Amino acid sequence: MGKRIGMEIALAAAEAAALCRPDVIAAYPITPNTHIPEHLSDIVAEGRLDAEFICVESEHSAISACCGASGTGARTFTATSSQGLLYMQEVLPIVSAMRLPVIMAIGNRAISGPINIWNDHSDIMYQRDTGWVSLFAANGQETVDMVIQVFKIGEHRDVMLPVNINLDGFQLTHVVEPIIMPDQEEVDRFLPAYVPYAALHPDNIVSMGTLGMPEIYAEAQKSKNVALVNSKKVILEVWKEWEKQFGRKYEPIQSYRTEDADIALVTMGSMGETAEIAVDELRKQGVKAGLLKIKLWRPFPFDDLKKAVKGIRVLAVTDRAVSFGGPGGPVFSEIRSALYDVPKRPKIVNFIIGLGGRDIQVENFMDMVRRATKGKLSEPYEFYGVRG
Amino acid sequence: MNTATNNPKSVESFELYAPKLVSKEEFFVGGHRACQGCGESLAIRLMCKALGKDTVITNATGCMEVISSLYPTTAWRLPWIHVAFPNAAAVGSGVEAGLKALRRKGKIADRRVKSVAIGGDGGTMDIGFQALSGAMERCHDMLYVCFDNEAYMNTGIQRSSGTPFLASTTTAPAGKKIPGNQVWKKNLPEIMVAHNVAYVATATPSYPIDFMNKVKKARQVKGPSYIHCLVTCPTGWRTPSETCIKLGRLALETGIFPLYEVEDGKYRLTVEVPEKRRPVQDYLKGQGRFRHLTPDQIQVIQERVDIEWETLMIKVNCSKSKEELRAQRTR
Repeated sequence: MGKRIGMEIALAAAEAAALCRPDVIAAYPITPNTHIPEHLSDIVAEGRLDAEFICVESEHSAISACCGASGTGARTFTATSSQGLLYMQEVLPIVSAMRLPVIMAIGNRAISGPINIWNDHSDIMYQRDTGWVSLFAANGQETVDMVIQVFKIGEHRDVMLPVNINLDGFQLTHVVEPIIMPDQEEVDRFLPAYVPYAALHPDNIVSMGTLGMPEIYAEAQKSKNVALVNSKKVILEVWKEWEKQFGRKYEPIQSYRTEDADIALVTMGSMGETAEIAVDELRKQGVKAGLLKIKLWRPFPFDDLKKAVKGIRVLAVTDRAVSFGGPGGPVFSEIRSALYDVPKRPKIVNFIIGLGGRDIQVENFMDMVRRATKGKLSEPYEFYGVRG
Repeated sequence: MNTATNNPKSVESFELYAPKLVSKEEFFVGGHRACQGCGESLAIRLMCKALGKDTVITNATGCMEVISSLYPTTAWRLPWIHVAFPNAAAVGSGVEAGLKALRRKGKIADRRVKSVAIGGDGGTMDIGFQALSGAMERCHDMLYVCFDNEAYMNTGIQRSSGTPFLASTTTAPAGKKIPGNQVWKKNLPEIMVAHNVAYVATATPSYPIDFMNKVKKARQVKGPSYIHCLVTCPTGWRTPSETCIKLGRLALETGIFPLYEVEDGKYRLTVEVPEKRRPVQDYLKGQGRFRHLTPDQIQVIQERVDIEWETLMIKVNCSKSKEELRAQRTR
């Protein structure tokens, strides 16, 4: 039986990854994810995990080494943040095209210009279209659970895709929380050994990463998209299994007090917990507020969203990244597009919040709900509480 | 082959005899789309013969990946992976780590499979340099072979740090004011020696037995090894395709590209260079990329080659392996 412990979430993520018995881990230091690989190297050095830990010379090489290792059929894990994730970008769509289930934890952090080590979602949003399954954790427990779940999701024969799990830098990576840590026996029961579809070995020769001419390139892209869209079925199955075994329920979009809500906030990541408190406060004041917490970012859960917004008049979507010169934040434009065909759709407004670690408090969420209800917004999106 | 050299009487006929010992098995097969007279595809074929089947190849983006892997075809009868341009050494180190972990854990057959990464001069000396340095420094059990045709041939003959002094390329052209590439070729084998790589060698397919012996030796090393293989590119060098082998021989006979190996820090010439080296002119004159050179410029190159040669000979004559140095200390 797993036991309830108090642990820094980054360390807990590393413990969870180790429980999945990865064969190869390659990582390069960058704040704020660093505690994850640090702790994994500890676990390997102490002999608790039999794995190759490669101290690569860059993130580009971290993801490249994982790609090569995964090609041999090894279970692989890496972690990064911010510029490190951007430095990996060249390789990310290749990993998904090669259908290699590399698992990556991202301690989300702002992108430089100016340099900033604190949390927002700019780093992962740049990688939105790389063909990876992408999940967002809201707290320590979700982080631990998801790290274990994603190996099963990515390695499933109907998926065979890399997966990233996003946990907010500092707000999650560096916070100590009570977490129920599954034990090895439980994880072994949940997660079968990885059986690769094809592997680099002379006993079964294969060429991986061949040249795609115009006659085949488009088909390769389509098949990757089909795989990613279809992965949702497996994700839901795996979450059902998880709930059955561990008793904790996961949904693509988690609704909070939305049954009779007039207005709902939308969040991804750790700010969902703050927003919950804001919803409770607003309810006390008689405002029919609710909250939608997006946990599955790719493949985007269109049907779940449509179901979740039924009856809601106003949707206040928060974004922690900017699409410069675009229609609003990336979450907002996704949601607005997703609901375009819904006849009775809510009014959708967008607040860009919490950039580069800017604090957002309960009162701020309450303020957003009030302003969204009154419709007093600079259209179509607003940098919330930002000067100039 | 190695046993034959141990018998002094067989040495004279060895050169005639040795090719008969080369495996007839092909791991890099015909039907690929390399140019006529491509030195690189020939070198890869020879390399694969020397490596044998227990090998995984990681290929950097470049001519060889393009000509050999046009989906749904492949010229590779070895497990092969291509990911991107700058990361062959990093991917290869992941392959090595994966095989190592899986073998240790009993998930694959318990035998040694060598990870071999290959790239061109651009993918090795320029954009892949950091990944190469990292992989070599981390001491993966991996052989890296750089096939150096001295420019970015795949993208159309642009200058790389492997391009020779004054060679004309499409980004360092021979103009009225600037006569081609303005700097000397980067000495990557020397940089690999500085990484304390246990086995470093230079090679060309013009000396196939020498090259294959080096590949075999490098394969045996339990750790990182590096081979720098000079390969002719008729398209980029502006040379007739039938001169592919001849040019490699001239590169040696002029001292421009000596064939040597560095084992545990000790330098050794592996193919004899004539006492009186041929003038560099003999190597340069048939090549379109050098046709703009004036006698004065050729003289500058000659002097540099002479000095490089002497520098190498000092190392060949004076260097000691770490093993020898260790033995001296204990004496």
